[in-house]
Amino acid sequence: MQKYSVFSLIKNAFSDHQNWEVAWKDPTPKKEYDVIIIGGGGHGLATAYYLAKEHNITNVAIIEKGWIGGGNVGRNTTIIRSNYMHDDNALFSEFGMDLWRKMSQDLNYNVMFSPRGIINLAHSDAQMNAYSRRGNSMRLNGIDAVLLNREEVQKRIPMADFSDNVRFPIFGGLMQPSAGTARHDAVAWGYARQADSMGVDIIQNCEVTGFDVNNGKIVGVRTSRGDIKAKKVGLCVAGSTNILAEMLNMTLPIETHLLQACVSEPVKPLLDHVVTFGAGHFYCSQSDKGEMVMGGDLDGYNSYSQRGNLPTLQHVLTEGIAMFPFLSKLKMLRTWGGIMDMSMDGSPIIDKTHIDGLYLNCGWCYGGFKATPASGWTFAHTIAQDRVHELNSGYSLNRFNTGDLIDEKGLGTKTWIS
Amino acid sequence: MLYIFCPHCGLRSQNEFAYGGDATVKRPELNKEISDQEWNNFVYLRKSPRGKHLELWHHISGCRQWIKVERDTSTHEIFKTYKADELTE
Repeated sequence: MQKYSVFSLIKNAFSDHQNWEVAWKDPTPKKEYDVIIIGGGGHGLATAYYLAKEHNITNVAIIEKGWIGGGNVGRNTTIIRSNYMHDDNALFSEFGMDLWRKMSQDLNYNVMFSPRGIINLAHSDAQMNAYSRRGNSMRLNGIDAVLLNREEVQKRIPMADFSDNVRFPIFGGLMQPSAGTARHDAVAWGYARQADSMGVDIIQNCEVTGFDVNNGKIVGVRTSRGDIKAKKVGLCVAGSTNILAEMLNMTLPIETHLLQACVSEPVKPLLDHVVTFGAGHFYCSQSDKGEMVMGGDLDGYNSYSQRGNLPTLQHVLTEGIAMFPFLSKLKMLRTWGGIMDMSMDGSPIIDKTHIDGLYLNCGWCYGGFKATPASGWTFAHTIAQDRVHELNSGYSLNRFNTGDLIDEKGLGTKTWIS
Repeated sequence: MLYIFCPHCGLRSQNEFAYGGDATVKRPELNKEISDQEWNNFVYLRKSPRGKHLELWHHISGCRQWIKVERDTSTHEIFKTYKADELTE
């Protein structure tokens, strides 16, 4: 594989950039693989990459119904963080932060990781107390957390509404300075390119239509491009998890919901951090192009439509304007939606299933993108070793049955209760 | 914007309603021995189909009645609405 560097850039400039190698091939599916990963999103690509890199398993296929980068990995708001209170989430995410920091070097692909810090705003004394508790929990788990008072927040984001006559005055906030953003497409392309170079087949435009299960063991996958045999199969399909589960006669603690995001027209740099509104569900950061990238609530009812509905967008942007009044002057450039695999406690599932050789990775709710490397790493471990890693042991499928829920915010699919 | 036909009030905009989730889930019977698995199925497991979905909506800014709505989860087409105690097809 051609190494990307300033020298290769200069060299290719002489031939008008016509001679770059393709980043990944377009193979026809083989008859059989050791492992098939269903879903060529960030998590699927990362899983294949770590299977090859950490476990030397390279006879792997990624089967993707659409195209690489067309799903949620290209539809998120690119936020990376590990500001969790519960140990399972905190340790998992902080392990991921480490992978994020090394990712550009590791993949030889600039993912533009930008640790610009995230600030969660607090709008009451009670919320400050809650953030103080969360911040302390984070620090005990080795994650950086700083509790900011009103003046310290104002210094960092002076454009927020600090006037006297507001419904939700800013009391302060919790900051994780090492959190940030990364270029989401680059993450998908970087993982795809490296996985491909190590022998993984990335098969696009290939829809899974069924599974072959024999005596409680997975033996293969039926697809729109023919039947493919496999010793092990991993599901990494986010919002489509329930569709595949139905083919397997499985019912999961997952509902598929729609989450919208939007960007404004580009403006000059003014927002240095990722900021979340504490009195509702709204988050905002500024992209390198200058656009304000925003997101918030689910549309609120089961949806597979991948496009949003106006009432929710209006509601989310009302919160945005309450936090940053200047947003009302900006024109909206684009809005879009992605379908989320909302788990019942708001935390993900990375586990084995009752079918031998079938592994499940789903339930990412609002936080799939930031989990990409850690999810791929632990899922690869779970598949290769046929046992869960310590880091994803809390993310079991059975926890709903045993009562070991990880209810980080008491949020799940039930947005109508929150 | 969804427009939902409330069987009590008529056609109203989505803004008047709150969503209540899958309407096909049945609570285990009272006064019966119930296993953890049955509770798990009732509380947590959902089919979440792509296509026709029977769901509860609460007409919270209207008549405050719960109703059942049959809606397509990929096109948002609403086929039929029912009163909460009405039998569905």
